[in-house]
Amino acid sequence: MVVKKAPRTLFDKIWDAHEILRNESGQSLLWIDRHFVHEGSFHAFNKLNARDLKVAHPALTTGIADHYVPTRGRSIQVVTDKVRSVIEQLEHNTREHGVTLLGLDDPRQGIVHVVGPEQGLTQPGLLMVCGDSHTSTHGALGALAFGIGASEVAHVLATQTLWQTRPKRLRITVDGRLGAGVTAKDIALAWIARLGADGARGHAIEYAGEAIRALSVEARLTLCNLSIEGGGRCGMIAPDDKTLAYLKGRPDAPEGEQWEQAEHYWRTLHSDEGAVFDREVTLRAEEIAPQVTWGVSPEEALPIDGTVPDPARAASPAKARQIQDSLDYMGLRAGQKLTEVAVDSVFIGSCTNARLEDLRAAAEVLRGRHCRVPGIVSPGSTQVKQQAEAEGLDRVFIDAGLEWRESGCSMCVGMNGDQVGSGERCASTTNRNFKGRQGPGARTHLMSPAMVAAASLTGHLTDIRELTR
Amino acid sequence: MTPFTELSALACPLPLENVDTDQLIPARFMKESRDKGYGGFLLHDMRFGADGTPTDFVLNDARAKGSEILVARRNFGAGSSREAAVYALVDYGFRCVIAPSFGDIFSSNSVNNGLLPALVSEKDCEAILDALGDRPGELRVDLNAQTITAGDRDFPFEINATWKIKLLNGWDDIDLTRARAEDIERFREHYTAAYPWVTS
Repeated sequence: MVVKKAPRTLFDKIWDAHEILRNESGQSLLWIDRHFVHEGSFHAFNKLNARDLKVAHPALTTGIADHYVPTRGRSIQVVTDKVRSVIEQLEHNTREHGVTLLGLDDPRQGIVHVVGPEQGLTQPGLLMVCGDSHTSTHGALGALAFGIGASEVAHVLATQTLWQTRPKRLRITVDGRLGAGVTAKDIALAWIARLGADGARGHAIEYAGEAIRALSVEARLTLCNLSIEGGGRCGMIAPDDKTLAYLKGRPDAPEGEQWEQAEHYWRTLHSDEGAVFDREVTLRAEEIAPQVTWGVSPEEALPIDGTVPDPARAASPAKARQIQDSLDYMGLRAGQKLTEVAVDSVFIGSCTNARLEDLRAAAEVLRGRHCRVPGIVSPGSTQVKQQAEAEGLDRVFIDAGLEWRESGCSMCVGMNGDQVGSGERCASTTNRNFKGRQGPGARTHLMSPAMVAAASLTGHLTDIRELTR
Repeated sequence: MTPFTELSALACPLPLENVDTDQLIPARFMKESRDKGYGGFLLHDMRFGADGTPTDFVLNDARAKGSEILVARRNFGAGSSREAAVYALVDYGFRCVIAPSFGDIFSSNSVNNGLLPALVSEKDCEAILDALGDRPGELRVDLNAQTITAGDRDFPFEINATWKIKLLNGWDDIDLTRARAEDIERFREHYTAAYPWVTS
């Protein structure tokens, strides 16, 4: 008798393949295929060292310097003593534990979530973790990938496993076709504005639908990257021909017979017909306009042709106070047109939007024009930087008046000293508009790379559709 | 880790939504060693002005001194996976945060450091904030019973079953997992054979 297996979601297939055991209260012990550490992982290595533990499987962890690295040249001498110290701790800890490090001088260096896919370390069906919330990025290739804290990083180093409670499943379907000037960034900000920054809390997200299938792999990486900003445990997209074409030939991708074997398995990685999701949300691609954030949470996003919200029209006094608090911090007026908000600087970079396609999109807007405000471009990886230079994109940015820097997390999080000044307003391709995220008192507006480029030309938030019309 | 069973302590109201981990500890403090404690960095830019002078923020109120419970609105601890946000809370003296929703990573980081993330309904959270009346006041948290007591009212809270056991016993995952070494090794052999391209 043939027993038909119950239909499963993409997420459940990968989870099940990694479940070592389940305890009495329902938590699963999961096998981890790939683990990344960065400078911030020193707390975890300290925990390991304090207990005199070794890294269980050093070959399955890769170290990458990104959070604190200087972007003005590669000399470690230009940073402050304390920044230098955390970079050196990563070098020391990876060396002591036999972990490969893609350090400052390595041509493969870059932001963890750009390097993983670029090197082919990220593959469909893998379970990947890193002590960074934007690990959700890797789900774009059909991996199950999520961020963890330092105690969990130490646990993975010591055991190559992790205890997790199976999250619920949320499918976000985007039907139809995106309009001109509308990107994966706008899909993400639109659904987060609709569901809230905790809207997907406790859920594994799968993105599906015609508009998602139509996205390039790089655009899918942007979308999955932002899953955490809506509270999602992870974000993933079923691998397809595009995914496989992207992966083939990358340094760490399987080859020959192993590729055949892998591809056979990868082709099974999709949600089965009839698989049940705990929650379903559908968006129409045509209804999504280019988005910008106006407040201090990614959920505080609006279409660029909108106006700054009015606390007087809020649903409750608590909500009104919350909006007023955001407006006060951001220095905005209720009812003000978003396109009238002047910016002081721009930043193009981060694990969200600093891949080659992002730089091309921004350069396309800037080509032959001059920026009204200063800004920085930090490519997502050293390899992206080289590719962009080979295409002459560096000249486009420099000629327009922007700074062309080395790769790192840079002004997304400001840890290396690249910061937005207090009270200054920055149009940014990054992922968080939190208070003080880009520096104490900094005001961040999140948007797509082309929208940031447009704002740099006009000196105010700008509808890319108007500029290119 | 210190087990968490019951706590009767001063609770500080923080009636804000989206208190993200960047606010809990601004990134610039994260390169510090924890030897001297992270308590001084907690909510630093809310507690201190640009010139370092204390603001009128609730934690600076003399009546908030010694608070061990924090009551906040939805999406507390959203954002970055930085466990330093929990270190800052714990080193400051907090043992429990009450809110209607938490960032998922923040919650697990909390449990791994003996800090209880007590999940309450929006309605009950507002009632607890009302009971405190915008100033620090006494609350009682009973993890076994999963209740919060404010005056003569009890409010239920949710906590993942495994996390509850971990907190009640002060257990650490690494020791528990190392006891399963044989299971892990057996799985690894089977897994490597089934998916040979993953590790080669």
